[in-house]
Amino acid sequence: MPAVLIRGGAPYGEDRADLLLVGGLIVALGPAASADARAADAEIVDADGLVVLPGLVDLHTHLREPGREDAETVASGSAAAALGGYTAVFAMPNTDPTADTAGVVEQVYRLGREVGLVDVHPIGAVTVGRKGERLAELAAMATSAARVRIFSDDGDCVSDPLLMRRALEYVKAFDGIIAQHAQDPRLTQGAQMHEGIVSARLGMTGWPAVAEEAIIARDCLLTDHVRSRLHVCHLSTAGSVDVVAAAKKRGTTVTAEVTPHHLLLTDERAVGYDPVFKVNPPLRTSRDIHALRTALAAGVIDIVATDHAPHASQDKETEWDNASPGMLGLQTALSVVILTMLLPGLLDWRGVARVMSEAPARIGALSDQGRPLAVGEPANLAMIDPEARWTVSRAALASLSANTPFEGMELPGRVVATYLRGRATVAATALAGR
Amino acid sequence: MTVAIHPNERAADGSVPAGPDVARPGSPGSVPAPVVRMPRHLLSAADLDRPTAEHVLGTALRIEQAMAGREVRKLPTLRGRTVVNLFFEDSTRTRISFEVAAKRLSADVINFSAKGSSVSKGESLKDTAWTLQAMGADAVVCRHSSSGAPQQLSAWVDGHVINAGDGTHEHPTQALLDAYTLRRHLGGLDGRRIVVVGDILHSRVARSNVLLLSTLGAQVTLVAPPTLLPVGVGSWPAQVSYDLDRSLVGADAVMMLRVQRERMSGGFFPTEREYSRSYGLDVRRRDLLAPHGIVLHPGPMNRGMEITPQVADGERSVIVEQVANGVTVRMAVLYLLLSGEADEISGRGV
Repeated sequence: MPAVLIRGGAPYGEDRADLLLVGGLIVALGPAASADARAADAEIVDADGLVVLPGLVDLHTHLREPGREDAETVASGSAAAALGGYTAVFAMPNTDPTADTAGVVEQVYRLGREVGLVDVHPIGAVTVGRKGERLAELAAMATSAARVRIFSDDGDCVSDPLLMRRALEYVKAFDGIIAQHAQDPRLTQGAQMHEGIVSARLGMTGWPAVAEEAIIARDCLLTDHVRSRLHVCHLSTAGSVDVVAAAKKRGTTVTAEVTPHHLLLTDERAVGYDPVFKVNPPLRTSRDIHALRTALAAGVIDIVATDHAPHASQDKETEWDNASPGMLGLQTALSVVILTMLLPGLLDWRGVARVMSEAPARIGALSDQGRPLAVGEPANLAMIDPEARWTVSRAALASLSANTPFEGMELPGRVVATYLRGRATVAATALAGR
Repeated sequence: MTVAIHPNERAADGSVPAGPDVARPGSPGSVPAPVVRMPRHLLSAADLDRPTAEHVLGTALRIEQAMAGREVRKLPTLRGRTVVNLFFEDSTRTRISFEVAAKRLSADVINFSAKGSSVSKGESLKDTAWTLQAMGADAVVCRHSSSGAPQQLSAWVDGHVINAGDGTHEHPTQALLDAYTLRRHLGGLDGRRIVVVGDILHSRVARSNVLLLSTLGAQVTLVAPPTLLPVGVGSWPAQVSYDLDRSLVGADAVMMLRVQRERMSGGFFPTEREYSRSYGLDVRRRDLLAPHGIVLHPGPMNRGMEITPQVADGERSVIVEQVANGVTVRMAVLYLLLSGEADEISGRGV
């Protein structure tokens, strides 16, 4: 692999500094980069005007393989991730078969390696078949080649409090973490959208905020009790922010994520009944959006995770209550964070790196991702044109599915290049070498 | 007698001036006539502003007058037009009402029910829409168990879509026939107090009535156990009460909603008996209404549950009349939606 000299880019959007990449590592930074002997025959990459960040890490992706290769594959999802500036993604286990054994998680892990566009880290199911009845072989997944550390029944909540307690306790043996999809199933029977003024008008069964908040509160208390680690998936309400803030204040080892769509879109999008706006948890209110943005800026919410959820058209172009919940997110996440957090001044580029790369890598226990842009660190990079604006077109996205809620929206910031261990996966806004 | 709307009365934006059934300016230079804006589809009672809603009701009245005393109760207005009754959910009374309405306007009617059709074999709503599109439906009357399905359908077909009840969302022609019935008995609805009682949470009839009756100037009071009121009802143009007796005193009309028995197993209230005691309409409660007060029910009734037989069959009940008015109002809706393309409707030459 030839050396790469990245010229003129601005790490973290601050002072310009060249980067020299050799052997998958950043070997020189600043004036030392072009002065280095190895720069003589390096490939020169012009990064003038670009912001350089550590490669993004998504803690919450649905790759649909195995089982629904018509909606997404590890290959197509990896391509979408790389184009979105990601160098690592965590794949949720709600596949068919469920990723609840060492065999399935190793299959997904191996597929990711073969594609080679991003590191694919499987998340293991907490319970067998995600049925919420008995624990899956968590230790077997942890000790497999996939080295699973995050476990989740995402799509469904581990609602049985005793089972949740056992899961939190059990994963301590291998430094695991339970990522909870917080949704009380009884309070959300038949739920279609956020319960509030809009659901009352549209005549749709409501998904009350309390159904999320009550589970998060319970799980924080359980986490305290057994001294384990909890991660809250796709936190979506102002009340959940309060619950997590209070827990963190008293020392609970809890982390939380917010999705880009919950930072931008409200339940008013359901007017018109287009199921592309159906998602679980549902789009909330502008008051919730304000609380989520504030909490992300303050660190109460630790990270942004996409909950990239591809669905085939026949599962979306149907009656709202028959449609599958979920939205594409990998290729739009960074732009939405720029729009909702960076431009309003809630986060700077360091902050963006923190919530989209460093903190998710730390939660997922990755040692080679989310690292500082410094000499000796892995050369996982995202290079962004902060001035570019682009219009989202579902047809132009790499995903096999088309269910983006941002169709037709003009968004700021464009990923120009992505480097995974010193090798370009994306160059000039397109997949490298294609 | 004519209910004609001449093409030259149609403004450039497709709107037409209100007919003679709404207030005309008294003299030149006074307030301009309210503009009637008939929507392309009737999906929600909110699609009708006050002049348009009054125009629909006025048109219905003139249709009723035009039909009165005729031997052959049929107008040639929609001859050659195709109206599809697309019913994904069983509803004999609403389907028949639309069928009779379309046939009295001489339209060709196709009944497309989900039972025994391709729909029950898993055909998607979109594919069904394309089938109707290919068959050239001029109007599609859609009943569906999913809220919003008629609106989705309207994006996929060229014909006019009429919502004949979608999930727990709306049933705008029911609200129109209720308003028509109320106006016949009460005159104008301005300031009239209408009490709507029952399962507001799941009722498409309630949603459409709240919107339409408030548009027409009535004061709507919703009465239900708190479990059967939606979170967010506070944003509706209606008052909310848990006390039926107090709400009924001096009211101009009460509309009882059907309470499905399965709501009890859903835990919304403990027993039928307790529901009836608190929210059922018996003779004592009916007599709390104003002397001219009337009793409505969209049907089908649970006699003994939300309404006693004595009240349902009593002198103040207009429940049977509602059914007849349903046909008239649906004729008006079909006529007005399709009239942009149809010949004028006229009492002459029929």
